[in-house]
Order: sequence, then structure tokens, then C-alpha cells
Amino acid sequence: MTDATLLPLAVAIPLLGAPLLAVAGRVLPRTGCDVLATGAAAADVVCLALLWSHIQGVAVTPVGGWPAQIGIVLAADRVGAGLALLASCLVLAVLAYSWRYFDEPRGERAGLFPAMVLTFQAGMVGFALTGDLFNAFVFFELMGAAGYALTGYRIEDPRPLQGALTFGIVNSLAAYCSLLGIGLLYARTGQLNLAAMGRAMGEHRTDLLVVVSFVLVVTAMLVKAAVVPFHFWLPDAHAVAPTPVCMLLSGAMVELGAYGIGRVYWTVFSGPGGIPHDAFRHTFTALGVLTALVGAVMCWQQRHLKRMLAYSTVGHVGLFVVGIALLTPGGVAGAAVYVAAHGCAKAALFGLTGVLLDRYGSVDEHGLYGRARDLRLLGVLFVLGALALAGLPPFGTGLGKALGEAAAGHSQAWLPTVYVLTSALTGGALLRAALRIFWGAGPVPHSRPGEAETSGEGEEPEVREPGRALPPMMVAVPALLLALCALVGCLPAVARSLARGAAVFTDPAVYRAAVLGPAVAHRAVLPHVASAWTAEGLLLGGGSAAAAAAFAVLAVLRPVRLPLHRGVRALVTGLRRLHSGHLGDYVAWLALGVAALCAAFGAQT
Amino acid sequence: MSPRARLLLFLVSAAVIGVYFTLSCRELPSFGGASHPYGERAVAAALAHRTANVVSSVNFDLRAFDTLGEESILFCTVLGATLLLRLARDERQHAAASEAVLPTTRLLGAVLLPVTVVVGVYIVAHGQLSPGGGFQGGVVLATALHLGYVAADYRVLERLRPLVVLDIADSLAAASFTAMGVAGLAAGGAFLKNVLPLGTFNKITSGGMVPLFNAAVGVEVASGVIVLLAHFLDQAVEVTGTGTQEEEA
Amino acid sequence: MGVWPYLAAGWILLVALYGLVTSRNLIHAIGCLAVAQSSTYVLLLAVGYRDHSTAPVFSDLRPGSRPVVDPIVQALALTDIVVGATVTALLLALTIQLRKRHGTVDPESLTALRG
Repeated sequence: MTDATLLPLAVAIPLLGAPLLAVAGRVLPRTGCDVLATGAAAADVVCLALLWSHIQGVAVTPVGGWPAQIGIVLAADRVGAGLALLASCLVLAVLAYSWRYFDEPRGERAGLFPAMVLTFQAGMVGFALTGDLFNAFVFFELMGAAGYALTGYRIEDPRPLQGALTFGIVNSLAAYCSLLGIGLLYARTGQLNLAAMGRAMGEHRTDLLVVVSFVLVVTAMLVKAAVVPFHFWLPDAHAVAPTPVCMLLSGAMVELGAYGIGRVYWTVFSGPGGIPHDAFRHTFTALGVLTALVGAVMCWQQRHLKRMLAYSTVGHVGLFVVGIALLTPGGVAGAAVYVAAHGCAKAALFGLTGVLLDRYGSVDEHGLYGRARDLRLLGVLFVLGALALAGLPPFGTGLGKALGEAAAGHSQAWLPTVYVLTSALTGGALLRAALRIFWGAGPVPHSRPGEAETSGEGEEPEVREPGRALPPMMVAVPALLLALCALVGCLPAVARSLARGAAVFTDPAVYRAAVLGPAVAHRAVLPHVASAWTAEGLLLGGGSAAAAAAFAVLAVLRPVRLPLHRGVRALVTGLRRLHSGHLGDYVAWLALGVAALCAAFGAQT
Repeated sequence: MSPRARLLLFLVSAAVIGVYFTLSCRELPSFGGASHPYGERAVAAALAHRTANVVSSVNFDLRAFDTLGEESILFCTVLGATLLLRLARDERQHAAASEAVLPTTRLLGAVLLPVTVVVGVYIVAHGQLSPGGGFQGGVVLATALHLGYVAADYRVLERLRPLVVLDIADSLAAASFTAMGVAGLAAGGAFLKNVLPLGTFNKITSGGMVPLFNAAVGVEVASGVIVLLAHFLDQAVEVTGTGTQEEEA
Repeated sequence: MGVWPYLAAGWILLVALYGLVTSRNLIHAIGCLAVAQSSTYVLLLAVGYRDHSTAPVFSDLRPGSRPVVDPIVQALALTDIVVGATVTALLLALTIQLRKRHGTVDPESLTALRG
């Protein structure tokens, strides 16, 4: 099959599967629904895998047969298609994981949960593959709508409903900001296609219109990517969504936001009349570092396991943003490998947490102390996941981190420290929880009263079937995902082709020539991008994992109270108080973020 | 944050955003200007495909992929609302009571209902020719049925809307949009390609696939909106015995 | 008219943001979100407007006889309206359930998620 067939089919398959499930779910037994849903997801994985292996440069398909100047084109390079493939693999994993996991509503509502997951997938794939800015907005909202509804799935517990509302309102608001930006850009360029917009930008000089429209357009992606200070919704939503949904939200959707920033910058704003490279590099590196540190510190502070995982996503997204902000093929290659491996590891960890929730009705590090001693296999998997997150070689996360560090080190010598610190703190927090929960290590943890925090006690169990055996899929899927994460690091071909994709991703001329045709002839000599393990990378990865283990052991055994300065303590407490769960606060922070970005870019252009 | 601090933070940010937005608007082409390159290309392309209503041509031919995404959002919302507004374990659904209605209201509803249905079908069917189309007509059709609620009572509305049929119609219409796109891929080599004969300009059969897409969207919007409203109305009219908080309050 | 229609769009967005920040009722907040969205309609339609022109519908108009306004932004606004309406419906469904479970729709009283 050709690209012209595979590209649209990748979106069409889940969009056909979802209504089919909604209808068939009324009559089919549960197994039939599961087979249908898994079949559709597997077909899409095959479709995207074929596409991914085909692509040389940028694969372009005009939808409806119209050229880019009139219609919408789908355009995929290895990075975009790879992200769509990752999302589809996670969807497949999620559907398999929830085979026996959910007590779904029966009767006319059976089949709706997997149907929603498939629509969610269509949104993610469409967003990753489209070459049109307004179309990206539409698919952004599609994944949003599916995400909000799935997050609020457990209607008997008020917390998911609150999380879903915050998620919905903040994300939709940001999407409308983005649409305002699209309107401004349309007024300036008279185009909606990314490549055509980029070319038309060169007809004007860089002025405040460019700055404001850029800031508005990326607002939606910054919110989706949960970049500080746009990140507040994420822990609230990811901590309360049903576990299978968390796997998708943290594993793929958030990363799509970071991808969107890079895609829009490179195709539209990177040339003359756009945003200068230095301005983008400085501003987004700062944002990325801030996000990574806030995420890591907040992750360390959590006792609610899903919230801990959510903040670790924030921390890692900060590192992805740094990778993209470097504006080098190496940075993007690192981020791409990191995203692929992180998605698998994070989904696996959420899946394992789901088992704890299923067995003990709690996801609280303190409440679960020592209770999971008999689930040794689970404990080992959890520890492996935590070490993967910390960047232990040969996991793909370690390779992505090493590539990112190498690229970042070229730009600023201190940047690798941020990578190491973030990985060690997030991995360390999870190791700490694992030691306490699965081995009952150290003294019984006690909570500090009066602290603004969310405990993981009193969760509504997601399945009401007391005394049932542990479904094997709930352990098999996380184990497979961890194996996949290791495969990303061990198979050199994966990283090599992602690195080639990164070279294409960061060359707007290649994209433009592919989309707009031979009118802009361009013979590209793509640079060679490093994609292999280096001794330094192995060392830093091992070091981060060792640091994570040391943090965890120190925290569990408490041989010494760390002599933290009182100022640092106050800072951390203040940071926690800012995460107030209040919608008005979140919107005010969003406004502050937009204003600060306008001011930052206004000053640098 | 305290409400004061929040407001202060917002006002400062809003002032900055306001200044930047105002300054950026001065760089925009003047309001009412004559340069609309994409618009002109779209008009030419629509006329080449013999579609008199250019907006419909943009929605269902040139940028049909946007509409596919948008229809999927509607479909997804209907699924989502069906899931979210399901009965919780502590809730019961009871039959609605009949209600008294003024005879004049009843008469008005009885007259308006068929008229509204006809108008809705007309708007869907003429989407490629005159302002209107699947969305607008679909919403009119959905409104028509709810005149039954206004003119009689909820039980009459429930008889007017067979939810099972509408649910399935909604799903099938959503699937048919994608399926027609795949048909375009099979027949013409491009997804959502307009592969049917284009017909005569300004006739109801013109525009190739545009009337078909319009019809699919019309069915989906009409049935989707009715189902969506049904779940909301059920919550208001038929569902009782809610959560503990409610009873305490 | 100059830039005023564009500025109106910006003003509507800021008003909506103010409403969201100070809202004491989630239904009101969702209304504010709809206001924020109307700013996009205003901007899109303002961008597509053309002086002395008519609607881009040629059933009763000879092509080329009069200028027409930009049909693209109208189609975008139409898509935008459907997106907005459906997302609003979802958010309202969530609010209904939240009201049942929590007994309140005041963001100030929703304190289950913090830290």
C-alpha cells in the first residue's frame, strides 16, 4: 500500500471502528466488543507501522484530491508518524489491559468506553499527521472532547468530575486562544496550510502581529503539554481518570502538545518574518527547565501514586520541551526517542498502579505501606519501571535522555544537570513508594497534618467484584510495555530512523518542498544525527538511576534528616499551595503565561 | 490564592495581553480590505465543482476533512454524554407525569411541528445551493421534535423520539461520512474525494458528493442533538434519588 | 472601521477570562467559556469581511458580478460553532453529576484536589 492510502486510513480506521462498536455493543457480548475494539486498534497499529517504515523524508497526501493551497493535506515525517504510532500502540495496550478490568455499563451503553478510546485515538493520530493549522485545531478538540469525557468516567466519585471539568475548561479555553491566533495568522498570510503559511510569512517583517499570533497559537499546545505555568490542570485530571485513560493521557496526549510546538515553529515561524531562533531557544529552554524542576519537585512531594506519576510526566515534558527548544536535529532526536520510551514506561507504571487500586482500593503510598508484600512480581516490575524513568541503560528512556543531554550540553554546559536531577527525583519518588508498598521498608510513614495535599485513600475502586483473581492481562500488558521501552533503547534501528526523522523535522525547506510541490526545488543534504549509546550517556544514565536509588533509600530509612534550609522548605510548601485545585487560579495562571510570553517575545524581536 | 491575589494577578496579565493584542491588530490588513487570496481560490474551486453555496463547498468538498473531525467531535460528545449521564447506583428512573397544557399552545405546537420538520429537511437538502446545510437543518429537525414537549408533555416527546433508533442512526451517519471518504479513496485515489458526477450548476443534484455528505451530517446532527437533549431532559424530569450529598442538603 | 472589529474580539476574550477567574459558579464559568469562543467568531468573520460585498452563495448571483466575502472563515466559524456547542454540552453533563455528588458548583468549595 502507498502513503496516499495509509495516511488517511490511519485516521479513518478508528473513526469507522468507534461507531461500529457503539452499534454492535448493544447486541454483542462483552468478549465480542473487546475483540472488535482490539481488532480496530491492531489494524491501525499495522497501518501506522507500515507507514512509518515507508517514509523517506515527508509523506504527503492531499485529502479530497485538492492541493495544499485549496484543501487539506496530510503530511507525515518519521517524528509525526512515530508519535501517531506510539499513540496507537498505547491504545492497543489500553484496550487489552481493560479487557477484564472495567465493569462497564451493560445494555445499550456497553461498548461505549472502547468506542470513546478509539475516537480519542483518531484525534491524536489526526493531530500528529495533519499539515493544516485549522485542521490541527479540530483534531486537538477531538482528542480533548474524548479526553474530558473519559476522565469523568467514574460519575460516582466527585474528584474525577472536578478533574475532568478543570481539564475541559482550561484546555478548551486554550484552544480558543489558539483559534484567535489562527485567525490573526490567516489575516496576515491568507493561508491555513502550515508550509504555505511559512512561505507567506517571509513577505512581511517580524512585528508584534507575528509575536501575538505565535503566542496565541502555541498556548493550546503549551496547555496540552502542561508546561509551567499552564500545567495546573494535568495532575488534577491524570490523578483521577480511570487507569487505562491515564495511560493514554500521560503516555501520548501530553507529548503531542510538545510535538505541536515544534511542528508549528519549524513549519511556520522559523523562517524570515517569523520568530528569531534565539528568541525561541532562550524562552522555551527557560520554560522547559522551569517545567522540569517544578514537575520533579512536586513529584517527590506526592503520596498519591497517580498524582506522583502525573507530576513525573510534567517533569519529563519539561525535558522534551528543552530538547525541542535547542532547535537542533540532535535535540529533537533525543526528545523523540525519549518520548517513545517514556510513553511505554509511564503507561506501564500507570497500569501497575491500576493493579494496586484493583487489589487494595487505594493508591496512597502511606496507606499501602507493606500491604503488597505478596505481589513480588508486581513489585519487581514497578521497580524496573521506576528505574527506566530514572534513565537506567539499556532502557530507551536512558538513550533518549543521553541523546538529549549530549545535544543540550553543546548549547549550555549546565543543561545536562537538569536532565539528571529530574530523572533522579521522579524515579526516586517512585522507587521510594515501591520500597514502602512492596517491601514494607523503613519505619511506617506518617503524614504531616495541615499540609495541602491529596492523599490516595478512599478511592472508588474501579472494579466491584470482590475476591476475583487478578486478570493476567493487567500484569502482562505493563510487562510488555516495559519490554517495548527496553527495545527502543536496544534496537539501534529505532533510534537511527528517529534521528533521521529529526533531521527532516528541523528542516522546513524539506517539508515545504514536499507539501507545496516542485515549485520550490530543494536538494537537501540532511546532516548526520547521533543516535547511538555513548560512554558518557551510559555513565549519566547509570548515575541518574543510582542517584534515584540513593534518594529513595535515604527517604525510606531516614538515617539523616536532610538539613534543608528553611527557605527551601517554605518555597516547596508555597509551591504546593499554588496547586490549589481552583479553576479561577488556573485561568489566572494561564493569562499570566500568555502575558509573559508576549512580553518575552516582544522584547526579543 | 486569595480571591484578591487572583484578581490582581489576572488584571496585570490582562493589561499586558490587552496592550499587545491592540498593538498587533494595528498590523492587520484594514477591516473590509479586498485581499482574500484563499477565499478567491475557494470560490473558483467551488464553481468548478458546480456548487453554488461556496461555504458548503468548503465544508464538504475542499475542507471536508475538517468536517469529518467536527462530526467525530459531535459523535464523541453524544457517546460521552450517554456515558456521563448514566444512572448512578443510587439513582432511579421513573416515568414522567402527564401535564396540563393550554389548548392554544397545543394547537400551535401541532401546527408548527410538521412545518418545522419540512423546513429542516428543505434546509438539509438545499445545502449545496442556498445558505444552510446539514448542521443547520439538523438542528432545526431536532428542534421540531421538542415542540412535542412544549405543546404536550414529556411522555409525548418520548413517543416521538425512539432513542434506540436515533442512537443507531447517529452512529451509522457518523460511520457513513468516513465510509464515503474511504469510497473516494477507492474510486478516485484520494480520501474524501468528490468522485460523483457533478451535475448541473444550481440544480439540487449538483455538487457531486456534497449533497450526500450534507445528508449524512443532517441525520447525524438531528439524531445526535435529540439524543443529547434526551439525556439532559431525563436528568431533569425522570431521574431521582441521587447521591448522599443531595439528601443531606 | 479600521481596527475596531479586531479589538472587539480581543475585548470579548478578556471579558470572558475575567468571568472565568472570578466565577463562583461552574455553570457561569462554562458560559464564560462560550463567551471566550465568541471572540473567535468575531475575529474570524472580521478577517473575512470585504467592503461592498455579498454572501458567497451563487444560487441567485452571477459569478463575478459582485465581490463576495471570504467563504473560508465562514466555514471555519461554522465548524467552530459545532465544536463549541458540543464541548459545552459535555462540560454541562460533568457539572450536573458534580452537583449531585458534591452538592455545590462553587469552585471555592471544591477542595478535594490540591498539593
